[in-house]
Amino acid sequence: MTIEAQKAENGVNVEALLGAREALTEAPEAARFKWRATSEWLNGTHSRATVDGFYGLGGEQKHRQTFTFDTDHPEIFAAEDNGATPVEMVLVGLAGCLGAGIASVAQNRNIQLRSVKATLEAGMDLQGILGIDDGVRNGFDGIKVHYEIDAEATPEEIAALVAQSQKRSAVFDIITNPTDVTVSTSKA
Amino acid sequence: MTTRAKRRLAGIVDVIVIGAGHSGLAMSYALSQRSIDHVVLERGEVANSWRTERWDSLSLLTPNWMSRLPGYRYQGGDPDGYMGVREVVDFVSGYAVATSAPVISQTTVVQVTPAGNGYRVSTERGDWHCRALVLATGAFNVPVVPRLAEGVPAGVTQLTAMDYRNPGQLDEAGVLVVGASATGLQLAQEIRHSGRPVTLAVGEHVRMPRVYRGRDVQWWMLASGVLDQRIEETDDPDRARRVPSPQLVGSPERSTLDLNSLRGQGVEIVGRLAGVRDGKAQFSGSLRNVCALADLKMNRLLALFDEWAAVNGYDSEVASAERYAATDVGAAPRLGLEFGREIKTVLWATGFRPDYTWLEAPVFDRRGNLRHDRGVVDAPGLYVLGLPYLRRRKSSFIHGAEDDVRELSVHLADYLDRTARPQLAAVAV
Ligand SMILES: Cc1cc2nc3c(=O)[nH]c(=O)nc-3n(C[C@H](O)[C@H](O)[C@H](O)COP(=O)(O)OP(=O)(O)OC[C@H]3O[C@@H](n4cnc5c(N)ncnc54)[C@H](O)[C@@H]3O)c2cc1C
Repeated sequence: MTIEAQKAENGVNVEALLGAREALTEAPEAARFKWRATSEWLNGTHSRATVDGFYGLGGEQKHRQTFTFDTDHPEIFAAEDNGATPVEMVLVGLAGCLGAGIASVAQNRNIQLRSVKATLEAGMDLQGILGIDDGVRNGFDGIKVHYEIDAEATPEEIAALVAQSQKRSAVFDIITNPTDVTVSTSKA
Repeated sequence: MTTRAKRRLAGIVDVIVIGAGHSGLAMSYALSQRSIDHVVLERGEVANSWRTERWDSLSLLTPNWMSRLPGYRYQGGDPDGYMGVREVVDFVSGYAVATSAPVISQTTVVQVTPAGNGYRVSTERGDWHCRALVLATGAFNVPVVPRLAEGVPAGVTQLTAMDYRNPGQLDEAGVLVVGASATGLQLAQEIRHSGRPVTLAVGEHVRMPRVYRGRDVQWWMLASGVLDQRIEETDDPDRARRVPSPQLVGSPERSTLDLNSLRGQGVEIVGRLAGVRDGKAQFSGSLRNVCALADLKMNRLLALFDEWAAVNGYDSEVASAERYAATDVGAAPRLGLEFGREIKTVLWATGFRPDYTWLEAPVFDRRGNLRHDRGVVDAPGLYVLGLPYLRRRKSSFIHGAEDDVRELSVHLADYLDRTARPQLAAVAV
């Protein structure tokens, strides 16, 4: 029998994260990041966005490779369906952010995860974007996220993981709180 | 320079304690026990904060039996009750009398500067010099109001929990209470009972039942050691010090005050006030999560109590374990409200912070917080008392002063000994 406590292995380098937290507390300038994307309209409702660089830790940074994302609308919108709809991309972002958070928090709490599956659903009344009813907003009327998690933990510990990941999630914050948006234009 | 040079010196003492609330008085008692020469400077009268800064109906959220200070304790006939403001004033004033505290009242400290081997403490009635200085000026001097208050339309009255006295002050129309600590919930309830429509904006909060398994929840927290937890044992001291006060009220019925009970009384619950735009208040969509977090934390606390009771043989003395309904925020909490039409008053119950603007010494960090190690400030002979989780979870409560003052007065006495007449010490060796 081993008395030594097992260490969870979720592939998250918590020591590095905690180190970063400490370092960035001392150097608030380095904590200021800028996230970027470029996007080009291709045709119809089809656009392609590109992500490769961002700013942080006091300098320009690069992803390991350039990522592209196609967005479009489905055929029932008389479109070609070359990619997910932009609103689905929002759900993708939320799921990615919460998932990363769950893994980090689990690692920090020494909880071994076996599987983490999220199902997301957002309601939307098209009368908003179509301008049929002024009282209906354009965006989601709500988002429901369900997590099915298999882990070496009690149901309460799992619920706490998911709650804590929302508390620390950037995308959750972006969605649940207002953000000031500036859009400018120039003629090419 | 010249104005200061001309000011008369009011006195020279070994120690000055600024503030005659319970913290300063407790330190004064500890210093007197050691025959250390000191005075307590107080801008108003003893217990000034309780006399001048609290709302009319406030009762302590700690039961009477818990109210104790070094050498002094509650003697009344209702140990399980909760003192009203008047009784707290009497309790703290009684302590000053019982301990013959050398309080100099009506003396506001306007400036403190390091001088010689100590501090010059300037008051409106002359300057003092001391070798060691204790800041007991309170942790809750100025209300914290978020920046977005600036965007609230002019026609809406804004006040803080420090200005609030009773519902009679308010317009008859809708009131938005911002903040879900003990203060926010108590005021939301009282204003709702006055007939006004009340909306409560809820961020992170601490939920607990008033009575658990037949005992006051404060009894559980004290007995199980929760209130004695030390700051150095916490994972994140900064966070621990920022935790809002628990949702509790001290009432004769000992009833629980939480978001469910408030909703039952007709208070509308919404998310954290996240923005003010175009005359509208915007509330965060995080309400369900902050409630889930609070419910989970409460259940962990109750589980800890249960475990403690089982291990320590209390199971037969207390009622059986129970759990409470999860917080119900309704089907669709509102995300916005219109100022003016729906809301005529905003009451900020968004916390308080200490005021050290008169302290001119390099003892503040980047964020303007006092740099100290559990009350020992980062400057020779300087101490602070009464801040949340200063040394222990109970540090900012009346019953928390005793342990902190005992330890810090030892440090202070040692400091005075170490710095006293070094030439004599050298001869003695
Ligand atoms: C709303 C509220 C409810 C609370 N409820 C409870 C409770 O139920 N149970 C509990 O145990 N604790 C409670 N507390 C916490 C705590 O007991 C009180 O805050 C208490 O007043 C703190 O005592 P203190 O001596 O540290 O500070 P204070 O009582 O604030 O005393 C500080 C003194 O310093 C004086 N002062 C400040 N600046 C100067 C200056 N420049 N010159 C001279 N004098 C100055 C003030 O006039 C004041 O008399 C509550 C606090 C608040 C705000």
